[in-house]
Amino acid sequence: MAHPMTLTEKLLASHSRRKWVSPGEILDVRVDLVLANDITAPLAIEAFREIGAKRVFHRDRVVLVPDHFAPAKDILSAEQCKVMREFAKAQRLPHYFEIGKCGIEHVLLPEKGLVNPGEVIIGADSHTCTYGALGAFSTGVGSTELGAAMATGRIWLRVPETIKFIYYGKLRPWVSGKDLILATIGAIGVDGALYRAMEFSGETVHELSMASRFTICNMVIEAGGKNGVIEPDEVTLQFVKGRAQRPYRIFRSDPKARYEQVMEFDVSRIGPQVALPHLPSNVKDVREVGSVEIDQVVIGSCTNGHLEDLRVAAKILRGKKVASTLRLIIIPATQEIYRQALKEGLIEVFLSSGAVVSPPTCGPCLGGYMGILAAGERALATTNRNFKGRMGHPESEVYLSGPAVAAASAVKGRIAHPEEVLRSRG
Amino acid sequence: MKLEGRVWKFGSDIDTDAIIPARYLNQSDPKELAKHVMEDERPSFSKDVRRGDILVAGKNFGCGSSREHAPLALKAAGISCIIAKSFARIFFRNAFNIGLPLLESQEASEAIEEGDRIQVDLSTGEIYDLTKKKRFLSKPIPPFMQELLRDGGLIPHLRKKTIKHKQ
Repeated sequence: MAHPMTLTEKLLASHSRRKWVSPGEILDVRVDLVLANDITAPLAIEAFREIGAKRVFHRDRVVLVPDHFAPAKDILSAEQCKVMREFAKAQRLPHYFEIGKCGIEHVLLPEKGLVNPGEVIIGADSHTCTYGALGAFSTGVGSTELGAAMATGRIWLRVPETIKFIYYGKLRPWVSGKDLILATIGAIGVDGALYRAMEFSGETVHELSMASRFTICNMVIEAGGKNGVIEPDEVTLQFVKGRAQRPYRIFRSDPKARYEQVMEFDVSRIGPQVALPHLPSNVKDVREVGSVEIDQVVIGSCTNGHLEDLRVAAKILRGKKVASTLRLIIIPATQEIYRQALKEGLIEVFLSSGAVVSPPTCGPCLGGYMGILAAGERALATTNRNFKGRMGHPESEVYLSGPAVAAASAVKGRIAHPEEVLRSRG
Repeated sequence: MKLEGRVWKFGSDIDTDAIIPARYLNQSDPKELAKHVMEDERPSFSKDVRRGDILVAGKNFGCGSSREHAPLALKAAGISCIIAKSFARIFFRNAFNIGLPLLESQEASEAIEEGDRIQVDLSTGEIYDLTKKKRFLSKPIPPFMQELLRDGGLIPHLRKKTIKHKQ
Protein backbone atom coordinates (compact mmCIF):
# COMPACT_ATOMS: atom_id res chain seq x y z
CA MET A 1 0.00 0.00 0.00
CA ALA A 2 1.18 3.49 -0.74
CA HIS A 3 2.78 5.11 2.27
CA PRO A 4 5.57 7.61 2.91
CA MET A 5 9.03 6.01 3.15
CA THR A 6 12.41 6.78 4.65
CA LEU A 7 15.53 7.07 2.49
CA THR A 8 16.64 3.57 3.54
CA GLU A 9 13.23 2.08 2.68
CA LYS A 10 13.28 3.77 -0.74
CA LEU A 11 16.77 2.47 -1.50
CA LEU A 12 15.75 -1.11 -0.66
CA ALA A 13 12.42 -0.87 -2.50
CA SER A 14 14.16 0.41 -5.63
CA HIS A 15 16.41 -2.66 -5.66
CA SER A 16 13.75 -5.29 -5.08
CA ARG A 17 11.13 -4.33 -7.68
CA ARG A 18 8.84 -2.98 -5.02
CA LYS A 19 6.98 0.29 -4.88
CA TRP A 20 6.65 0.25 -1.10
CA VAL A 21 8.35 -1.61 1.69
CA SER A 22 7.91 -1.55 5.47
CA PRO A 23 10.25 -2.36 8.36
CA GLY A 24 10.40 -6.08 9.15
CA GLU A 25 9.81 -7.27 5.58
CA ILE A 26 12.41 -9.64 4.13
CA LEU A 27 13.43 -8.68 0.61
CA ASP A 28 15.41 -10.30 -2.14
CA VAL A 29 17.65 -7.36 -3.03
CA ARG A 30 19.73 -6.70 -6.15
CA VAL A 31 23.15 -5.32 -5.25
CA ASP A 32 25.05 -2.80 -7.35
CA LEU A 33 28.46 -3.69 -5.97
CA VAL A 34 30.12 -6.27 -3.74
CA LEU A 35 33.43 -5.78 -1.94
CA ALA A 36 35.92 -7.94 -0.06
CA ASN A 37 39.41 -7.46 1.38
CA ASP A 38 42.44 -9.66 1.98
CA ILE A 39 41.00 -11.05 5.23
CA THR A 40 37.47 -11.77 4.06
CA ALA A 41 37.96 -12.49 0.33
CA PRO A 42 39.72 -15.88 0.67
CA LEU A 43 36.73 -17.37 2.55
CA ALA A 44 34.32 -15.68 0.13
CA ILE A 45 36.17 -17.14 -2.85
CA GLU A 46 36.02 -20.57 -1.21
CA ALA A 47 32.25 -20.17 -0.73
CA PHE A 48 31.88 -18.97 -4.35
CA ARG A 49 33.60 -22.15 -5.57
CA GLU A 50 31.69 -24.44 -3.21
CA ILE A 51 28.37 -23.22 -4.59
CA GLY A 52 29.64 -24.35 -7.95
CA ALA A 53 29.76 -20.84 -9.41
CA LYS A 54 32.02 -20.31 -12.38
CA ARG A 55 31.74 -16.59 -13.12
CA VAL A 56 31.03 -13.55 -10.98
CA PHE A 57 27.64 -11.92 -11.67
CA HIS A 58 29.26 -8.82 -13.19
CA ARG A 59 32.99 -8.24 -13.67
CA ASP A 60 32.75 -4.48 -13.01
CA ARG A 61 30.75 -4.92 -9.83
CA VAL A 62 33.09 -7.13 -7.80
CA VAL A 63 35.79 -5.11 -6.03
CA LEU A 64 38.74 -6.68 -4.24
CA VAL A 65 41.02 -4.56 -2.06
CA PRO A 66 44.12 -5.88 -0.28
CA ASP A 67 44.36 -3.37 2.56
CA HIS A 68 44.20 -5.06 5.98
CA PHE A 69 47.50 -6.92 6.10
CA ALA A 70 48.90 -5.56 2.82
CA PRO A 71 51.69 -4.91 1.90
CA ALA A 72 51.80 -8.48 3.21
CA LYS A 73 52.91 -8.57 6.84
CA ASP A 74 53.92 -12.24 6.90
CA ILE A 75 53.86 -15.41 4.83
CA LEU A 76 50.28 -16.35 5.68
CA SER A 77 49.04 -12.85 4.79
CA ALA A 78 50.96 -13.05 1.52
CA GLU A 79 49.15 -16.32 0.78
CA GLN A 80 45.78 -14.66 1.42
CA CYS A 81 46.65 -11.75 -0.88
CA LYS A 82 47.75 -14.28 -3.48
CA VAL A 83 44.40 -16.12 -3.39
CA MET A 84 42.70 -12.79 -4.05
CA ARG A 85 45.10 -11.69 -6.78
CA GLU A 86 44.75 -14.99 -8.64
CA PHE A 87 40.97 -14.98 -8.38
CA ALA A 88 40.87 -11.41 -9.74
CA LYS A 89 43.08 -12.47 -12.63
CA ALA A 90 41.07 -15.60 -13.44
CA GLN A 91 37.79 -13.67 -13.31
CA ARG A 92 39.36 -10.70 -15.17
CA LEU A 93 38.16 -8.23 -12.54
CA PRO A 94 39.05 -4.64 -13.48
CA HIS A 95 38.66 -3.46 -9.87
CA TYR A 96 41.33 -5.39 -8.09
CA PHE A 97 43.62 -2.79 -6.53
CA GLU A 98 47.22 -3.90 -6.18
CA ILE A 99 49.34 -2.03 -3.64
CA GLY A 100 50.68 1.11 -5.30
CA LYS A 101 47.22 1.76 -6.75
CA CYS A 102 45.45 0.83 -3.59
CA GLY A 103 44.24 2.27 -0.33
CA ILE A 104 41.90 1.56 2.54
CA GLU A 105 38.75 0.20 0.90
CA HIS A 106 36.17 2.57 2.39
CA VAL A 107 38.11 5.66 1.37
CA LEU A 108 39.29 4.19 -1.93
CA LEU A 109 35.88 3.18 -3.34
CA PRO A 110 34.25 6.63 -3.00
CA GLU A 111 37.44 8.25 -4.35
CA LYS A 112 37.30 6.04 -7.46
CA GLY A 113 33.57 6.67 -8.01
CA LEU A 114 32.79 2.97 -7.51
CA VAL A 115 30.02 3.71 -5.02
CA ASN A 116 27.30 6.22 -5.81
CA PRO A 117 24.09 7.78 -4.52
CA GLY A 118 21.01 5.59 -4.85
CA GLU A 119 22.91 2.29 -4.88
CA VAL A 120 22.89 -0.84 -2.76
CA ILE A 121 26.36 -2.04 -1.77
CA ILE A 122 27.44 -4.95 0.39
CA GLY A 123 30.95 -5.67 1.57
CA ALA A 124 32.62 -8.33 3.65
CA ASP A 125 33.82 -5.72 6.09
CA SER A 126 31.77 -4.20 8.88
CA HIS A 127 32.68 -0.63 7.93
CA THR A 128 31.04 -0.99 4.52
CA CYS A 129 28.30 1.16 6.08
CA THR A 130 30.54 4.19 5.24
CA TYR A 131 29.00 4.70 1.77
CA GLY A 132 25.62 5.67 3.23
CA ALA A 133 27.16 9.15 3.39
CA LEU A 134 26.52 9.34 -0.37
CA GLY A 135 22.82 8.50 -0.01
CA ALA A 136 23.33 4.80 -0.74
CA PHE A 137 22.31 1.71 1.22
CA SER A 138 25.45 -0.10 2.24
CA THR A 139 26.15 -2.67 4.89
CA GLY A 140 28.65 -5.26 6.05
CA VAL A 141 28.15 -9.00 5.61
CA GLY A 142 30.21 -12.13 6.22
CA SER A 143 32.35 -13.96 3.70
CA THR A 144 29.93 -16.78 2.90
CA GLU A 145 27.15 -14.37 2.00
CA LEU A 146 29.56 -12.29 0.03
CA GLY A 147 30.71 -15.36 -1.90
CA ALA A 148 27.07 -16.13 -2.74
CA ALA A 149 26.44 -12.51 -3.78
CA MET A 150 29.55 -12.54 -6.00
CA ALA A 151 27.83 -15.35 -7.91
CA THR A 152 24.24 -14.10 -7.89
CA GLY A 153 24.37 -10.31 -7.43
CA ARG A 154 21.62 -10.68 -4.85
CA ILE A 155 21.15 -10.91 -1.09
CA TRP A 156 18.22 -11.19 1.34
CA LEU A 157 17.83 -8.21 3.63
CA ARG A 158 15.32 -7.32 6.31
CA VAL A 159 14.00 -3.78 6.00
CA PRO A 160 15.30 -2.04 9.14
CA GLU A 161 13.42 0.43 11.31
CA THR A 162 14.99 3.88 10.97
CA ILE A 163 16.15 6.11 13.80
CA LYS A 164 16.52 9.74 12.78
CA PHE A 165 19.31 11.84 14.28
CA ILE A 166 18.94 15.58 13.84
CA TYR A 167 21.94 17.86 14.42
CA TYR A 168 21.52 21.60 14.69
CA GLY A 169 23.55 24.60 15.85
CA LYS A 170 27.01 25.92 15.11
CA LEU A 171 29.99 23.57 15.31
CA ARG A 172 32.61 24.54 17.86
CA PRO A 173 36.26 24.93 16.77
CA TRP A 174 38.11 21.61 16.20
CA VAL A 175 34.88 19.61 16.17
CA SER A 176 34.29 17.35 13.16
CA GLY A 177 32.19 14.37 12.09
CA LYS A 178 34.16 12.08 14.42
CA ASP A 179 33.12 14.08 17.47
CA LEU A 180 29.46 14.06 16.42
CA ILE A 181 29.36 10.30 15.89
CA LEU A 182 31.29 9.61 19.12
CA ALA A 183 28.85 11.84 21.04
CA THR A 184 25.95 9.99 19.39
CA ILE A 185 27.32 6.52 20.22
CA GLY A 186 28.00 7.77 23.74
CA ALA A 187 24.34 8.79 24.01
CA ILE A 188 22.77 5.58 22.66
CA GLY A 189 25.36 2.86 23.49
CA VAL A 190 27.10 0.18 21.42
CA ASP A 191 23.79 -1.54 20.68
CA GLY A 192 21.64 1.60 20.69
CA ALA A 193 20.86 1.19 16.99
CA LEU A 194 21.00 -2.61 16.80
CA TYR A 195 19.54 -3.81 13.46
CA ARG A 196 18.43 -0.21 12.75
CA ALA A 197 19.08 2.28 9.98
CA MET A 198 20.60 5.52 11.29
CA GLU A 199 19.54 8.54 9.25
CA PHE A 200 21.63 11.63 9.90
CA SER A 201 20.00 14.94 9.12
CA GLY A 202 19.60 18.53 10.20
CA GLU A 203 21.25 21.80 9.22
CA THR A 204 24.64 20.91 10.70
CA VAL A 205 24.98 17.67 8.73
CA HIS A 206 24.47 19.53 5.47
CA GLU A 207 27.23 21.97 6.42
CA LEU A 208 29.68 19.10 6.92
CA SER A 209 32.32 18.09 4.38
CA MET A 210 32.07 14.69 2.67
CA ALA A 211 35.02 13.49 4.79
CA SER A 212 33.10 14.20 8.00
CA ARG A 213 29.97 12.57 6.58
CA PHE A 214 31.91 9.42 5.67
CA THR A 215 33.32 9.34 9.21
CA ILE A 216 29.84 9.55 10.71
CA CYS A 217 28.37 6.77 8.56
CA ASN A 218 31.55 4.70 8.99
CA MET A 219 30.87 4.30 12.71
CA VAL A 220 27.17 3.36 12.70
CA ILE A 221 28.30 -0.25 13.16
CA GLU A 222 29.79 0.83 16.49
CA ALA A 223 26.22 1.53 17.66
CA GLY A 224 25.06 -1.82 16.22
CA GLY A 225 23.47 -0.09 13.20
CA LYS A 226 22.76 -1.90 9.95
CA ASN A 227 23.38 1.13 7.79
CA GLY A 228 23.75 4.89 8.04
CA VAL A 229 22.38 7.33 5.50
CA ILE A 230 22.58 11.00 4.68
CA GLU A 231 20.36 12.59 2.04
CA PRO A 232 22.42 13.77 -0.91
CA ASP A 233 22.81 17.55 -1.31
CA GLU A 234 25.07 19.95 -3.23
CA VAL A 235 28.12 18.74 -1.28
CA THR A 236 27.37 15.15 -2.30
CA LEU A 237 26.83 16.08 -5.94
CA GLN A 238 30.08 18.06 -6.04
CA PHE A 239 31.90 15.02 -4.67
CA VAL A 240 30.50 12.51 -7.16
CA LYS A 241 30.86 14.89 -10.10
CA GLY A 242 33.59 13.60 -12.38
CA ARG A 243 34.05 10.47 -10.25
CA ALA A 244 30.87 8.41 -10.61
CA GLN A 245 31.54 5.46 -12.87
CA ARG A 246 27.83 4.77 -13.33
CA PRO A 247 24.64 6.83 -13.66
CA TYR A 248 23.16 7.36 -10.20
CA ARG A 249 19.84 8.26 -8.58
CA ILE A 250 18.99 10.62 -5.76
CA PHE A 251 16.50 9.47 -3.14
CA ARG A 252 15.17 11.48 -0.22
CA SER A 253 13.06 10.57 2.79
CA ASP A 254 9.40 11.54 2.43
CA PRO A 255 8.45 14.39 4.77
CA LYS A 256 5.92 12.12 6.49
CA ALA A 257 8.13 9.01 6.62
CA ARG A 258 7.80 6.97 9.81
CA TYR A 259 10.72 6.80 12.20
CA GLU A 260 11.04 4.47 15.15
CA GLN A 261 12.66 7.25 17.12
CA VAL A 262 13.92 10.80 16.56
CA MET A 263 16.86 12.21 18.51
CA GLU A 264 18.14 15.77 18.41
CA PHE A 265 21.61 17.07 19.16
CA ASP A 266 22.57 20.71 19.71
CA VAL A 267 26.13 20.58 18.33
CA SER A 268 27.06 23.90 19.90
CA ARG A 269 27.22 21.91 23.15
CA ILE A 270 29.53 19.22 21.74
CA GLY A 271 33.28 19.70 22.21
CA PRO A 272 36.04 17.41 20.90
CA GLN A 273 35.22 13.89 22.12
CA VAL A 274 37.32 10.97 23.33
CA ALA A 275 36.17 7.34 23.73
CA LEU A 276 37.89 5.66 26.67
CA PRO A 277 38.77 1.96 26.86
CA HIS A 278 37.22 -0.50 26.12
CA LEU A 279 34.06 0.54 24.27
CA PRO A 280 33.40 3.21 21.60
CA SER A 281 30.40 4.32 23.72
CA ASN A 282 32.59 5.16 26.71
CA VAL A 283 32.75 8.78 25.58
CA LYS A 284 33.80 11.97 27.35
CA ASP A 285 34.51 15.55 26.36
CA VAL A 286 38.29 15.87 25.97
CA ARG A 287 38.35 18.38 28.83
CA GLU A 288 36.83 15.83 31.18
CA VAL A 289 39.31 13.04 30.44
CA GLY A 290 41.94 14.26 32.91
CA SER A 291 45.67 13.71 32.51
CA VAL A 292 46.18 10.53 30.49
CA GLU A 293 49.70 9.87 29.23
CA ILE A 294 49.94 8.22 25.84
CA ASP A 295 52.64 5.97 24.30
CA GLN A 296 51.44 6.03 20.71
CA VAL A 297 49.18 8.11 18.49
CA VAL A 298 47.78 6.77 15.21
CA ILE A 299 46.18 9.10 12.66
CA GLY A 300 44.58 7.21 9.78
CA SER A 301 42.12 4.35 9.03
CA CYS A 302 38.87 4.15 7.06
CA THR A 303 37.40 6.43 9.71
CA ASN A 304 39.88 9.32 9.67
CA GLY A 305 42.54 8.80 7.00
CA HIS A 306 41.01 11.38 4.63
CA LEU A 307 43.01 14.28 3.19
CA GLU A 308 40.99 16.65 5.35
CA ASP A 309 42.00 14.71 8.47
CA LEU A 310 45.67 15.00 7.50
CA ARG A 311 45.24 18.74 6.90
CA VAL A 312 43.80 19.18 10.40
CA ALA A 313 46.69 17.18 11.90
CA ALA A 314 49.26 19.21 9.95
CA LYS A 315 47.73 22.48 11.09
CA ILE A 316 48.42 21.47 14.69
CA LEU A 317 51.78 19.76 14.09
CA ARG A 318 53.33 22.52 11.93
CA GLY A 319 56.48 23.75 13.65
CA LYS A 320 55.92 21.43 16.61
CA LYS A 321 57.69 18.30 17.81
CA VAL A 322 56.10 15.04 18.85
CA ALA A 323 56.62 14.50 22.59
CA SER A 324 59.82 12.55 23.28
CA THR A 325 57.85 9.96 25.25
CA LEU A 326 55.53 9.13 22.38
CA ARG A 327 55.41 7.61 18.86
CA LEU A 328 53.24 9.17 16.16
CA ILE A 329 52.16 7.07 13.17
CA ILE A 330 50.33 8.75 10.30
CA ILE A 331 48.66 6.69 7.58
CA PRO A 332 47.16 8.41 4.53
CA ALA A 333 44.18 6.24 3.54
CA THR A 334 44.93 6.01 -0.18
CA GLN A 335 47.78 6.48 -2.63
CA GLU A 336 45.98 9.54 -4.01
CA ILE A 337 45.65 11.12 -0.57
CA TYR A 338 49.33 10.38 0.10
CA ARG A 339 50.32 12.12 -3.15
CA GLN A 340 48.13 15.14 -2.46
CA ALA A 341 49.47 15.38 1.11
CA LEU A 342 52.96 15.39 -0.37
CA LYS A 343 52.05 18.18 -2.82
CA GLU A 344 50.54 20.30 -0.07
CA GLY A 345 53.61 19.89 2.14
CA LEU A 346 51.73 17.96 4.82
CA ILE A 347 54.12 15.01 4.72
CA GLU A 348 57.03 17.42 5.28
CA VAL A 349 55.24 18.80 8.35
CA PHE A 350 54.71 15.28 9.70
CA LEU A 351 58.29 14.19 9.11
CA SER A 352 59.68 17.37 10.67
CA SER A 353 57.52 16.84 13.74
CA GLY A 354 59.01 13.39 14.25
CA ALA A 355 56.09 11.33 12.96
CA VAL A 356 56.50 8.20 10.86
CA VAL A 357 54.35 8.08 7.69
CA SER A 358 53.14 4.64 6.62
CA PRO A 359 51.84 3.52 3.23
CA PRO A 360 48.04 3.09 3.10
CA THR A 361 46.93 0.10 5.20
CA CYS A 362 44.41 -0.78 7.92
CA GLY A 363 47.43 -2.23 9.77
CA PRO A 364 47.44 -1.05 13.40
CA CYS A 365 43.69 -0.27 13.65
CA LEU A 366 42.87 -3.95 14.10
CA GLY A 367 46.14 -4.95 15.69
CA GLY A 368 47.50 -6.29 12.42
CA TYR A 369 50.90 -4.63 12.10
CA MET A 370 52.62 -1.23 11.64
CA GLY A 371 52.25 -0.16 15.25
CA ILE A 372 51.19 -2.96 17.62
CA LEU A 373 50.98 -2.17 21.33
CA ALA A 374 52.93 -3.96 24.07
CA ALA A 375 51.45 -4.91 27.44
CA GLY A 376 50.51 -1.85 29.48
CA GLU A 377 50.87 0.57 26.57
CA ARG A 378 48.27 3.18 25.79
CA ALA A 379 47.34 4.52 22.35
CA LEU A 380 45.16 7.34 21.14
CA ALA A 381 43.88 6.59 17.63
CA THR A 382 41.58 8.19 15.10
CA THR A 383 40.30 4.67 14.33
CA ASN A 384 36.90 3.21 15.18
CA ARG A 385 37.21 0.53 17.86
CA ASN A 386 38.85 0.41 21.27
CA PHE A 387 37.91 -3.10 22.36
CA LYS A 388 40.27 -4.85 24.74
CA GLY A 389 43.41 -5.86 22.86
CA ARG A 390 42.19 -4.30 19.61
CA MET A 391 45.58 -2.80 18.73
CA GLY A 392 47.82 -5.40 20.29
CA HIS A 393 48.43 -6.91 23.71
CA PRO A 394 45.24 -7.67 25.67
CA GLU A 395 46.62 -5.51 28.48
CA SER A 396 47.07 -2.46 26.24
CA GLU A 397 44.54 0.37 26.01
CA VAL A 398 43.05 2.29 23.10
CA TYR A 399 41.44 5.73 23.26
CA LEU A 400 39.57 7.09 20.20
CA SER A 401 39.33 10.68 18.97
CA GLY A 402 39.29 12.86 15.89
CA PRO A 403 42.51 14.02 14.16
CA ALA A 404 42.71 17.37 15.99
CA VAL A 405 42.80 15.85 19.47
CA ALA A 406 45.13 13.10 18.23
CA ALA A 407 47.66 15.58 16.82
CA ALA A 408 47.51 17.82 19.87
CA SER A 409 47.98 14.82 22.16
CA ALA A 410 51.01 13.69 20.14
CA VAL A 411 52.65 17.05 20.89
CA LYS A 412 51.69 17.09 24.57
CA GLY A 413 52.41 13.43 25.30
CA ARG A 414 49.02 13.16 26.97
CA ILE A 415 45.42 13.50 25.85
CA ALA A 416 45.01 17.20 25.09
CA HIS A 417 42.57 19.70 23.62
CA PRO A 418 43.93 21.26 20.38
CA GLU A 419 43.75 24.70 21.98
CA GLU A 420 46.40 23.69 24.50
CA VAL A 421 48.89 23.34 21.64
CA LEU A 422 47.90 26.39 19.66
CA ARG A 423 47.93 28.55 22.77
CA SER A 424 51.45 27.43 23.63
CA ARG A 425 52.56 28.71 20.21
CA GLY A 426 52.19 32.29 21.14
CA MET B 1 16.61 -30.42 16.24
CA LYS B 2 17.56 -30.99 19.88
CA LEU B 3 20.87 -30.29 21.56
CA GLU B 4 22.22 -30.94 25.03
CA GLY B 5 25.40 -29.55 26.52
CA ARG B 6 27.36 -27.95 29.31
CA VAL B 7 27.26 -24.16 29.65
CA TRP B 8 30.01 -21.58 29.35
CA LYS B 9 28.88 -18.17 30.58
CA PHE B 10 30.09 -14.86 29.15
CA GLY B 11 29.12 -11.22 29.75
CA SER B 12 27.70 -8.50 27.49
CA ASP B 13 29.21 -6.85 24.39
CA ILE B 14 31.60 -9.73 23.69
CA ASP B 15 33.23 -8.38 20.52
CA THR B 16 34.71 -10.24 17.59
CA ASP B 17 38.24 -9.21 18.63
CA ALA B 18 37.60 -11.04 21.91
CA ILE B 19 36.22 -14.10 20.08
CA ILE B 20 39.14 -14.28 17.66
CA PRO B 21 41.86 -11.60 17.77
CA ALA B 22 42.85 -10.14 14.40
CA ARG B 23 46.43 -11.35 14.83
CA TYR B 24 45.13 -14.81 13.85
CA LEU B 25 43.26 -13.61 10.77
CA ASN B 26 46.19 -14.14 8.44
CA GLN B 27 44.57 -17.53 7.71
CA SER B 28 41.08 -18.96 7.83
CA ASP B 29 41.43 -22.64 8.77
CA PRO B 30 38.65 -23.25 11.35
CA LYS B 31 40.82 -25.74 13.32
CA GLU B 32 43.64 -23.20 13.64
CA LEU B 33 41.18 -20.46 14.61
CA ALA B 34 39.61 -22.74 17.24
CA LYS B 35 42.97 -22.97 19.02
CA HIS B 36 42.79 -19.24 19.78
CA VAL B 37 39.06 -18.77 20.36
CA MET B 38 38.33 -16.35 23.26
CA GLU B 39 42.06 -16.28 23.99
CA ASP B 40 42.22 -12.73 25.37
CA GLU B 41 38.87 -13.01 27.15
CA ARG B 42 39.47 -16.37 28.84
CA PRO B 43 42.86 -17.88 28.01
CA SER B 44 42.08 -21.51 28.92
CA PHE B 45 38.73 -21.63 27.07
CA SER B 46 40.01 -23.27 23.88
CA LYS B 47 41.61 -26.08 25.88
CA ASP B 48 38.66 -26.71 28.21
CA VAL B 49 35.74 -26.43 25.77
CA ARG B 50 34.25 -29.76 24.65
CA ARG B 51 32.23 -30.72 21.60
CA GLY B 52 28.54 -29.98 22.19
CA ASP B 53 29.11 -27.28 24.84
CA ILE B 54 26.75 -24.32 24.78
CA LEU B 55 27.70 -20.68 25.22
CA VAL B 56 25.39 -18.33 27.14
CA ALA B 57 26.07 -14.58 27.03
CA GLY B 58 24.55 -11.17 27.78
CA LYS B 59 23.54 -8.56 25.24
CA ASN B 60 25.08 -7.66 21.87
CA PHE B 61 27.16 -10.82 21.48
CA GLY B 62 29.55 -10.71 18.51
CA CYS B 63 29.67 -6.93 18.07
CA GLY B 64 32.41 -5.39 15.96
CA SER B 65 33.87 -6.74 12.78
CA SER B 66 32.24 -8.82 10.03
CA ARG B 67 34.86 -11.57 10.35
CA GLU B 68 33.17 -14.91 9.79
CA HIS B 69 36.23 -16.31 11.49
CA ALA B 70 34.45 -15.55 14.80
CA PRO B 71 31.50 -17.98 14.49
CA LEU B 72 33.77 -20.40 12.59
CA ALA B 73 36.24 -20.48 15.49
CA LEU B 74 33.45 -21.09 18.03
CA LYS B 75 31.86 -23.82 15.92
CA ALA B 76 35.18 -25.55 15.26
CA ALA B 77 35.98 -25.41 18.99
CA GLY B 78 32.85 -27.49 19.57
CA ILE B 79 30.23 -24.90 20.57
CA SER B 80 26.87 -26.28 19.39
CA CYS B 81 24.65 -23.28 20.10
CA ILE B 82 24.80 -19.76 21.56
CA ILE B 83 22.11 -18.22 23.74
CA ALA B 84 22.22 -14.48 24.43
CA LYS B 85 20.02 -11.52 25.27
CA SER B 86 20.80 -10.13 21.82
CA PHE B 87 23.30 -10.57 18.99
CA ALA B 88 25.11 -8.07 16.78
CA ARG B 89 23.57 -8.31 13.33
CA ILE B 90 26.52 -9.37 11.17
CA PHE B 91 27.48 -12.07 13.68
CA PHE B 92 23.84 -13.21 13.68
CA ARG B 93 23.77 -13.70 9.91
CA ASN B 94 27.24 -15.22 9.81
CA ALA B 95 26.42 -17.83 12.45
CA PHE B 96 23.33 -19.11 10.63
CA ASN B 97 25.17 -18.99 7.32
CA ILE B 98 27.81 -21.40 8.65
CA GLY B 99 25.21 -23.55 10.44
CA LEU B 100 25.75 -22.39 14.04
CA PRO B 101 22.36 -21.88 15.79
CA LEU B 102 21.69 -18.82 17.95
CA LEU B 103 18.81 -18.23 20.35
CA GLU B 104 17.70 -14.96 21.92
CA SER B 105 16.30 -15.14 25.44
CA GLN B 106 16.68 -12.56 28.16
CA GLU B 107 15.45 -14.91 30.92
CA ALA B 108 17.71 -17.79 29.93
CA SER B 109 20.67 -15.44 29.55
CA GLU B 110 20.17 -14.17 33.09
CA ALA B 111 19.24 -17.40 34.88
CA ILE B 112 21.52 -20.03 33.38
CA GLU B 113 24.91 -20.32 35.09
CA GLU B 114 28.33 -21.58 34.09
CA GLY B 115 28.55 -25.35 34.29
CA ASP B 116 24.77 -25.98 34.08
CA ARG B 117 23.64 -28.74 31.72
CA ILE B 118 20.93 -27.53 29.37
CA GLN B 119 18.76 -28.91 26.60
CA VAL B 120 17.79 -26.79 23.60
CA ASP B 121 15.02 -27.50 21.11
CA LEU B 122 15.83 -25.47 18.02
CA SER B 123 12.47 -25.99 16.36
CA THR B 124 10.38 -24.70 19.30
CA GLY B 125 12.98 -22.39 20.84
CA GLU B 126 12.52 -24.12 24.21
CA ILE B 127 15.49 -24.18 26.60
CA TYR B 128 15.52 -26.53 29.63
CA ASP B 129 18.11 -26.14 32.38
CA LEU B 130 18.63 -29.71 33.66
CA THR B 131 20.72 -28.47 36.61
CA LYS B 132 18.18 -25.90 37.80
CA LYS B 133 15.13 -27.76 36.45
CA LYS B 134 13.89 -24.55 34.85
CA ARG B 135 12.32 -23.98 31.47
CA PHE B 136 12.77 -20.89 29.27
CA LEU B 137 11.36 -19.82 25.95
CA SER B 138 13.46 -18.04 23.36
CA LYS B 139 12.40 -16.14 20.26
CA PRO B 140 11.59 -18.90 17.74
CA ILE B 141 14.06 -19.18 14.87
CA PRO B 142 12.33 -18.05 11.64
CA PRO B 143 11.46 -21.01 9.33
CA PHE B 144 13.83 -19.75 6.65
CA MET B 145 16.77 -19.83 9.07
CA GLN B 146 15.75 -23.23 10.43
CA GLU B 147 16.01 -24.49 6.87
CA LEU B 148 19.54 -23.04 6.67
CA LEU B 149 20.47 -24.90 9.86
CA ARG B 150 18.97 -28.19 8.66
CA ASP B 151 20.98 -27.94 5.46
CA GLY B 152 24.17 -27.14 7.42
CA GLY B 153 24.53 -23.50 6.35
CA LEU B 154 24.12 -21.23 3.34
CA ILE B 155 26.49 -23.06 0.99
CA PRO B 156 24.93 -26.54 1.29
CA HIS B 157 21.52 -24.80 1.22
CA LEU B 158 22.32 -23.05 -2.07
CA ARG B 159 23.80 -26.22 -3.55
CA LYS B 160 20.65 -28.12 -2.68
CA LYS B 161 18.54 -25.42 -4.30
CA THR B 162 20.69 -25.45 -7.43
CA ILE B 163 20.38 -29.23 -7.71
CA LYS B 164 16.58 -29.05 -7.27
CA HIS B 165 16.46 -26.29 -9.85
CA LYS B 166 18.40 -28.38 -12.37
CA GLN B 167 16.12 -31.39 -11.84
